[in-house]
Amino acid sequence: MAEKVLMKGNEALAEAAVRAGCKLFFGYPITPQTEVAAYMSKRLPKVEGGVYLQAESEVAAINMVYGASASGARVMTSSSSPGVSLKQEGISYLIGSDLPALIVNIQRGGPGLGGIQPSQADYWQATRAVGHGDGHIIVLAPSTVQEMADLVALAFELGDKYRMPAMILADGLLGQMMEPVVLPDVLDSAALPDKPWALTGHQGQRRHQTINSLHLDAQELENSIIRRFERYETVRLVEQRAECYLTDDADVVVVAYGAASRVVRSAVNHARDEGLKVGLIRPITLWPFPTQAIDLQIEKSQAFLAVEFSMGQMVDDVRLVVNGRRPVSFFAHTGGIVPTPEEVVVAIRRVIAGEQIDIVPFKSKLTGDRA
Amino acid sequence: MSSVSESLKSPVLFERPQALADVLTNYCPGCSHGIIQRLVAEAIDDLEIEGRTVGVCPVGCSVTAYDFYNCDMAQAAHGRAPAVATGMKRAHPENIIFTYQGDGDLASIGMAETVHAATRGENITVFFVNNAIYGMTGGQMAPTSIPGQVTQTSPYGRDVTTAGYPIRVCELLSTLDGTALAQRVTVDCPKNVRIAKKAIKKAFEYQIERRGFSIIEIVATCPTNWGLSPDAAFKWLDENLLPYYPLGVHCDRPAEAAAAAEQGDKDPAKPPVLVDQVAVRTPQQARTDA
Amino acid sequence: MAQVTVDSFYCKGCGLCVAFCPKNIMALNLAEISQKGYHPAVCTKQEICNGCLSCALMCPDSAIKIER
Repeated sequence: MAEKVLMKGNEALAEAAVRAGCKLFFGYPITPQTEVAAYMSKRLPKVEGGVYLQAESEVAAINMVYGASASGARVMTSSSSPGVSLKQEGISYLIGSDLPALIVNIQRGGPGLGGIQPSQADYWQATRAVGHGDGHIIVLAPSTVQEMADLVALAFELGDKYRMPAMILADGLLGQMMEPVVLPDVLDSAALPDKPWALTGHQGQRRHQTINSLHLDAQELENSIIRRFERYETVRLVEQRAECYLTDDADVVVVAYGAASRVVRSAVNHARDEGLKVGLIRPITLWPFPTQAIDLQIEKSQAFLAVEFSMGQMVDDVRLVVNGRRPVSFFAHTGGIVPTPEEVVVAIRRVIAGEQIDIVPFKSKLTGDRA
Repeated sequence: MSSVSESLKSPVLFERPQALADVLTNYCPGCSHGIIQRLVAEAIDDLEIEGRTVGVCPVGCSVTAYDFYNCDMAQAAHGRAPAVATGMKRAHPENIIFTYQGDGDLASIGMAETVHAATRGENITVFFVNNAIYGMTGGQMAPTSIPGQVTQTSPYGRDVTTAGYPIRVCELLSTLDGTALAQRVTVDCPKNVRIAKKAIKKAFEYQIERRGFSIIEIVATCPTNWGLSPDAAFKWLDENLLPYYPLGVHCDRPAEAAAAAEQGDKDPAKPPVLVDQVAVRTPQQARTDA
Repeated sequence: MAQVTVDSFYCKGCGLCVAFCPKNIMALNLAEISQKGYHPAVCTKQEICNGCLSCALMCPDSAIKIER
């Protein structure tokens, strides 16, 4: 077993990518992800065949990723929210061309330039609206520096397996914090999957191949989308991942991912100390959303509470699974404010007392609730 | 297999190049794209590089060109072909990567990618078809539409006081040290088609020799959107576009360096530096060196 | 003398070969309509073709083959 080292989340993620066989990195500076690029600029030139390239823009970077991926390489880019918005067209082309790639989003607050503090405001963008058209990417949400490292290999593996882009959706808190981490082993390059579809030049050995997302014939386009959604269905069935913490006897289950789940875990521990039966379901895959874990919990619990660093995005997915069978409450801060465990405990107490709350940081004219 | 070079030996004086697929293109009748595309295929044949060549065709009339060649091909987002080609070349430096782009794609939405690929000395080959109009979308004003040119979106003629001036891409890119070759050609007559073929082949050769970024701009026609017959379109090109876009080699750094070396010039214009020749220096080392 | 063959599968009847033939021996065959609906080009006097390749060089559809 490798030894533990103390590393920043962004750097652990970058090192894990190199160890997962990613030799090409194309990026553009933006806070708070810059350490990923800085680490790669130091590390990749020392790797045989390694390429670090600072692109002229986020747009160029994602299209370089497209080219490298089309050539069969394991490749990644990283950015933060406004930069990911710029990458969206390219991600859409990756989806339409069935190309795998890793896109890292170390989220910051928005909209617009927003702020540089931790945020989860890009949930809808990542899980619903990345690029245009009918398409999805795999979205993984780490909650520790260890997971910042561990989920990288999974992202590449799932991306290659299903020929889909995969995103690691973290935030400034996870990217910037230092924690002990056991770095994953270096992947044997022989273990990398074959990509017979890649554009490597036909070398006189096969017919020419194309990578393309254009289908001018409507029926052909519909067929290609249906084939992709058949794959998505498999992903939805077999690739859901979530952590269930103290949920077996929980009357109330809090659903939170990423950095928010760290606050909630503390809150759950405090509430347990008070004798409150509360647990945490932490989605690790945001797409596919872990519907199975929540569905299984409905029999056991009376109510759900979603906690996010946004005005309420993931909570919609919770409501879709619960589908009215249990009340779903919501608690949030946004704009870079990280809620305290004490605030969450207060929300938990109210939900356990039978209230259905919808606490966002403003006084609602509709519900009267406020933080 | 193609044509001109083998004309002395073979009974076949000219035929369809092998690198072109056996499909009918969806270009309009008389469109210059067909000629240029054939020249690219002929060069691929002559250099016997089809098996390791990958082409990139972005949005525009050439968007479906991935079906027209027998080498591997990828489509790219509008304007992003040089970035896609960069990713390909960096992943497989031994492969030959070319892009085939129109004027809206290369000189408007994709100008940043073009300029930066050039200034990086990215070892790729760009074929730039300049017909001074957006063809695929039906004839709108392009960054290379000439002053006074009537298009769908400059119905009173391009007014430079509001729409600005056209961009001379080869001249612009020639100022960048990473550009190895920037040459403007046209295909308005058999003689110029032969010159264009030589330039296209040379650009590929420069990539094989790892010289850096090469661009061949081909001044071309769009008979359909210009509203002219294919033949009349070439006459309009000769009279209107060529005065604005002078033909010739705008930059050939390897040749300049060779000529300077021949004359014993102590300080010749430098060719683009090859990646493996770059000495890595930290600021500290650089200070020590000095 | 050279033999000019126009493949009517590719020819779109654009007339560039007609315009650029120095001997004026290329023409569009108005009696024929190709599968795509064009009048394909044809060489009307093979015996005076000197194999200058002008028609083939200007053909946008690589439809012309020229043999000795």
